[in-house]
Amino acid sequence: MSLWHKHAIFEKNSIVLVIGVLVVIAIGGLVEITPLFYLKSTIEKVDGVRPYTPLELAGRNIYVREGCYNCHSQMIRALRDEVERYGHYSLAAESMYDRPFQWGSKRTGPDLARIGAKYSDEWHRDHLRAPKSVVPTTVMPAYPWLEATELDFAHIEDELKVNAALGVPYSPEMIREARADVKAQATTDAPDAAALLKRYPRSQARDYDGNPARITEADALIAYLQVLGTLVDFKLYDDKANIR
Amino acid sequence: MAQATVAPKSMTFGEGGTAIAFTVLALLSIVVAAKAYTPEYGFHAYLFAAGSVAAVFALFNRYFDRPAAPAPLVIDGKPNYNMGPVKFATVMAVFWGIAGFTVGLYAALELAFPVLNFDLPWISFGRIRPLHTSAVIFAFGGNVLIATSFYVVQRTCRARMVGDIAPWFVVLGYNFFIVIAGTGYLLGITQAKEYAEPEWYADLWLTVVWVVYLLVFLGTLMRRTEPHIYVANWFYLAFILTIAVLHLGNNAAIPVSLFSSKSYIVWAGVQDAMVQWWYGHNAVGFFLTAGFLAIMYYFIPKRAERPVYSYRLSIIHFWALIFLYIWAGPHHLHYTALPDWAQTLGMTFSIMLWMPSWGGMINGMMTLSGAWDKLRTDPVLRMMVVSVAFYGMATFEGPLMSVKAVNSLSHYTDWTIGHVHSGALGWVGYVSFGAIYCLVPWLWNRPLYSVKLVNWHFWISTIGIVLYITAMWVSGILQGLMWRAYTALGFLEYSFIETVEAMHPFYVIRALGGALFLAGALLMAWNLWQTVNARQAEPAATPALVPAE
Repeated sequence: MSLWHKHAIFEKNSIVLVIGVLVVIAIGGLVEITPLFYLKSTIEKVDGVRPYTPLELAGRNIYVREGCYNCHSQMIRALRDEVERYGHYSLAAESMYDRPFQWGSKRTGPDLARIGAKYSDEWHRDHLRAPKSVVPTTVMPAYPWLEATELDFAHIEDELKVNAALGVPYSPEMIREARADVKAQATTDAPDAAALLKRYPRSQARDYDGNPARITEADALIAYLQVLGTLVDFKLYDDKANIR
Repeated sequence: MAQATVAPKSMTFGEGGTAIAFTVLALLSIVVAAKAYTPEYGFHAYLFAAGSVAAVFALFNRYFDRPAAPAPLVIDGKPNYNMGPVKFATVMAVFWGIAGFTVGLYAALELAFPVLNFDLPWISFGRIRPLHTSAVIFAFGGNVLIATSFYVVQRTCRARMVGDIAPWFVVLGYNFFIVIAGTGYLLGITQAKEYAEPEWYADLWLTVVWVVYLLVFLGTLMRRTEPHIYVANWFYLAFILTIAVLHLGNNAAIPVSLFSSKSYIVWAGVQDAMVQWWYGHNAVGFFLTAGFLAIMYYFIPKRAERPVYSYRLSIIHFWALIFLYIWAGPHHLHYTALPDWAQTLGMTFSIMLWMPSWGGMINGMMTLSGAWDKLRTDPVLRMMVVSVAFYGMATFEGPLMSVKAVNSLSHYTDWTIGHVHSGALGWVGYVSFGAIYCLVPWLWNRPLYSVKLVNWHFWISTIGIVLYITAMWVSGILQGLMWRAYTALGFLEYSFIETVEAMHPFYVIRALGGALFLAGALLMAWNLWQTVNARQAEPAATPALVPAE
């Protein structure tokens, strides 16, 4: 009896076939995914990385909602031309609080991993309202509704709480002050800005959308774009520190 | 009602239980709708409420209309097949196919002519693109898979499908999921994970539908009167099981509240990236490959009236394919912050995957041994054989692109889009069209309206596919080369926007290719519509003998 005949056990017993399939498909995933949770070298320790401020998080959720990841990556690969075009290659630590990750898979537009502080708020405002006004040949859609829509942050504490439950280091104080922090960060010369800066180092408080009267979705999205890639100081970053 | 019925009619446990479950869901949905954080989520809650009420009504209506006795399993010694849900899923496949191709064409035109975004949130590219991918993969492809799997499992097991309400729950519930997912994207409800965009409540609903799908399929396998499980059913089973595992793993999320559509995924950053592409690549491997290979293993031998080329090759093909595919995900993350060891594993297994893929292609192609002449006269068979050829091409291109050096050029460019579409239009599209052209005449028991129209469909779509993939090859390689081009002085030669401008002609050609593919599908829809309405375009041919050459 040849080995081929032994295969009949799978063909004559549906439960055995189910078990066989489950075992065979489990191996690859287990080998590739589980070590990423315990190998320390997966996410190196990097100074400067912190959770998003409530306003940045709200902005990130708008980035998610509008499907920006369909055209923009947030992952600079370790290749010469990418590093020269976009800046230091992305570190795993820089997206360690990103739920979901937004590395993307297509660059119809440029990478945004280090877009922060490259352009002024005014530029982002004009660009989101009418992209062709600043880049005449762009194919990007316009997002005029962002600056016209009031930001809904009534439930921002809940959003931080869920993130905290998943392991993002949001302290009870951060959660308690979330709504105040949104207002402080979207205001130029806000009195609470010092407290915000203490909770979230390197955060910047100002009126991002050019309309001090309202906190809009444009405030949130531009605040998010302006923080991308700015948290790690690469003058101080030691790329050998994590090699063991 | 003078005569007393012999057997008093009573509600089955399935009917009653399902009605109670839907009543509870309707009440819950109304509460959620009332307290929803956003009007978009409220709209979805109302859809769930309306769907649940419609389900309860349908259950009672069906109960009052049906005979007292359950449908017999066997009539006159022949299995009493349950083909209602198969017919429904087949019709929905054609409907969603046309819808998905149309949205794809619109998205392509938006890239060529951005004015078509019209500054409207609902149709801006970032929301339309997931609508296109989900509509073609899950709505069109999913309905084709459900329809063919329910057909094939009954025929090859020679047994009526298990369940009375359950098969209908699968097809209707699945299509309800599509409506929730699609409207959600347009309203901005998304978890922004490619090919897994639907939010937590849509994912939960799909999980219930999928478990019932598995139970119906498995139950029917167990009811079989044939000693062996046919090879097509191995592939269907692997597809259903693996998609369940992937769906649960990749969509693990915690909602902000029962009254919020927003959730946060439990994985973060690099781990989320790995889980996402473990899911993403195996959505290709198991949804778009294993499922459609099952179609190949049933419909090509049936149509060619030849047995599968090699039984042993199909055993090797099956186990090697499902084992190797799972490892291939990291090739989507080359040179990223994913650890190198994982990238290398992903590349290695992707290259090995070339072998079982071509093993499957050979098994499909060689099934035509002794029946190659049929390609001249039967455009339906020709479509399926060309689909296997496209499968072979795409599964050669895939391993090539997974090589890190090649990927450094191709990743983030249109080359990827072209590669996906040679598989999606050529392989998945054509094998689905072939299966539908077989299924509709078999299910409605009447001949196809016009074979000539199938021929037109074939040639128009083929020209469309060729235009599409060549445009994307050129634009992808061009853009990749422009990004890394240096001047003699060692500066980057092109700004990013110059590379965007260079894409324009290819985006126009790609849209033209998509339009031709859509035109072919519209011909198919017309042909099928006429077939179901029992019309005939060509009189039955009287065979004219031609001397052999």
